[in-house]
Amino acid sequence: MTDLTASTLPAQQVASRSFRRKRMASLAAPVLILAYLTYVFFAFDVAGLGDRINVSNMKTLVADSYSYKTHVARDNRNGEMEIAIEGERKGRYAPGTAPDWVTLGETTRVELGNGHTVELGPEVRYDVPGYGLITATPGSSGVNASLPDGPLPEWINASKNRLAITTDAGRLTITRNRAEVFRYFNGWELFFFTLDSPYHGMSPLELLRSGEYGAIWQDFWTNKMWRHGDVAWALVETVLMAFLGTFGAAMIALPLGFLAAKNFSPLGGLRFAARRLFDFLRGVDGLIWTIVLSRAFGPGPLTGSLAILLTDTGTFGKIFSEALENVDDKQIEGIASTGAAPVQRYRFGVIPQITPVLLSQVLYYLESNTRSATIIGAITGGGIGLLLTQAIITQKDWEEVSYYIVLIILMVIAMDSFSGWLRRKLIAGNEAGH
Amino acid sequence: MHQTTTAPQITADYLAHTRQKRVMNMILLVVFVALLIGGFSTANARNAGGFWNGLPNVFDFPADVLSEAWERAHLLPGYFVKYLPSLIETVNIAGAATLIGALFAFFAALLATRGLAPAPWLVGPLRRLLDVLRAVPEIVVALVLIFLLGGGPVPAMIAIALHTVGALGKLFSEVNENASLKPVDGLASVGAGWLQRMVLGVVPQVAPNYLSYALLRFEINIRASAILGFVGAGGIGYDLRNTMSWGQGKFDEAAAIFLLLFGTIIIVDQVSSHFRNRLTHGRAYKDKGAIL
Repeated sequence: MTDLTASTLPAQQVASRSFRRKRMASLAAPVLILAYLTYVFFAFDVAGLGDRINVSNMKTLVADSYSYKTHVARDNRNGEMEIAIEGERKGRYAPGTAPDWVTLGETTRVELGNGHTVELGPEVRYDVPGYGLITATPGSSGVNASLPDGPLPEWINASKNRLAITTDAGRLTITRNRAEVFRYFNGWELFFFTLDSPYHGMSPLELLRSGEYGAIWQDFWTNKMWRHGDVAWALVETVLMAFLGTFGAAMIALPLGFLAAKNFSPLGGLRFAARRLFDFLRGVDGLIWTIVLSRAFGPGPLTGSLAILLTDTGTFGKIFSEALENVDDKQIEGIASTGAAPVQRYRFGVIPQITPVLLSQVLYYLESNTRSATIIGAITGGGIGLLLTQAIITQKDWEEVSYYIVLIILMVIAMDSFSGWLRRKLIAGNEAGH
Repeated sequence: MHQTTTAPQITADYLAHTRQKRVMNMILLVVFVALLIGGFSTANARNAGGFWNGLPNVFDFPADVLSEAWERAHLLPGYFVKYLPSLIETVNIAGAATLIGALFAFFAALLATRGLAPAPWLVGPLRRLLDVLRAVPEIVVALVLIFLLGGGPVPAMIAIALHTVGALGKLFSEVNENASLKPVDGLASVGAGWLQRMVLGVVPQVAPNYLSYALLRFEINIRASAILGFVGAGGIGYDLRNTMSWGQGKFDEAAAIFLLLFGTIIIVDQVSSHFRNRLTHGRAYKDKGAIL
């Protein structure tokens, strides 16, 4: 009674104190966040980022992801010509052949478009519209360039042994031994067929008319530049890792989940052991499992699957046992009251209650593991993750990098929609059935 | 129609229905098992080392690491201190990424929830944007940013933050959809602006769920941050890769890093799940008895 009177009297004070505390908290939170972000700003040296940022890399990346260049090079020592897309062996034109903007001969004419023409021969001539004629006679004494009178524009870089001219139409680099022209084109080079394929340069209609679908497919599938077959396999491997890992983990975690659930596991010790196992599997984390397993099984999709399987056994075990602990006893009692044996009690009393929860969790993880499989593939060496890291390491195949990124996004979105569709289908079906 | 069906007919229909369902379930099960076995053998065939060949060696590497760590156990505390700054960097990457991601996700979610969005035409495109952000694995963004910005924690932070915006944005907008619109309408009736309606009408309803999801994301992001370190983005993952590459006889430092990482993940998981429980079940959850 005394308590009551004592607590009613200062009720207003209590309320205003609590208001003050709330107000303080709502002010303190942004201040704390700001303080932390400031600390991180300095700890990560974000201010120094401006110096570290590599603008030329950025330009290469952006330009390369939507365009490609063809190299036309003349060896000044023996006059040999080499024409190659992206300068790669896989994209080289056979000797004596050239694209239609290159006229081979004693002096090779290269049309760069918009009136820019380069002549590659013992004397290199580049007629730049609106500027004038640039000539050079590379030899043992240097490149011997002669430029129109006037100040040197900044798009020309000239020294005794090197001349580099960059215009909107392309790029010309001359050294003593080599004169090289780059011409840029939009698009992804040789995406369908490489130069050695007879189908290169044919229109879709011509391809359709030719009727050689088997050979056409073969040339496309084994395209040396883009390796469509390998990429498709890599995608399959990645999805496979996610599929095997997720469902394998679910199958192992289900019985273990029963062991770890308070209301199903009679033995406290067993329950404790199962729970600690889940904690351990989750705590060690996919990264460490991947490292450990790749030592035993080598790189590949199996290692990735097992790494996902181990990590997710821990996760699923925890989720499943929690779901089992929340099971409604009434349904089980109802089944038991009809004289059902224990197995029937589980089958009709427990399983229908937990299936929707478990299925939706497992299917959610299927999508999320597709992403994990990409990352694990990059670490252990398998699937699309490996192709992506390889392409990034070369630092020049950015068109392939963008291709892989697009494929990865499409793959994840496809898996997301697939698992969503399956979830609706299975769970709605179950609800209707019971 | 229904009145005319007799009891035996119902039984027969029911049994036919169950039989059909059982057959369907059997078929599904067979297909599933076939996929699983086929998938496993495909994965096994495409792996560098086979499953059965590798199985006996699974414990070789952990045994090497553990025995070396045991032999030089007295060095471990020193290594813990040595790698503590890297660990803090990893945690900071995750922390900053979660904070920044959650801040952006907060606004993105409000703009992407029907009924709350000030510009309804923006809802669709914004949701697609969140989908794409969620679909891009962190490693993709991180690797590209490492190329542009050089190694270090910033690329990893940006990569994880972008993914966090996508993931939390979706969860937050799902929470928003369940929020009652009555306080919002009430505030609107007294002339509150959009921001006031959101901060005073919606946020108090959704804040506990937001916090709970953000904490869960922090747990996930710590793991992501360690993994990104392994591909070159600073933090403890980077040290782990370096120490691993020193090979046999030097595994004691790797063991120390394993332990640090394991301990951190466990501690963060425990602390965060404690707070999440309190947030979702309310502060009174624990002393419910006292109140009742």
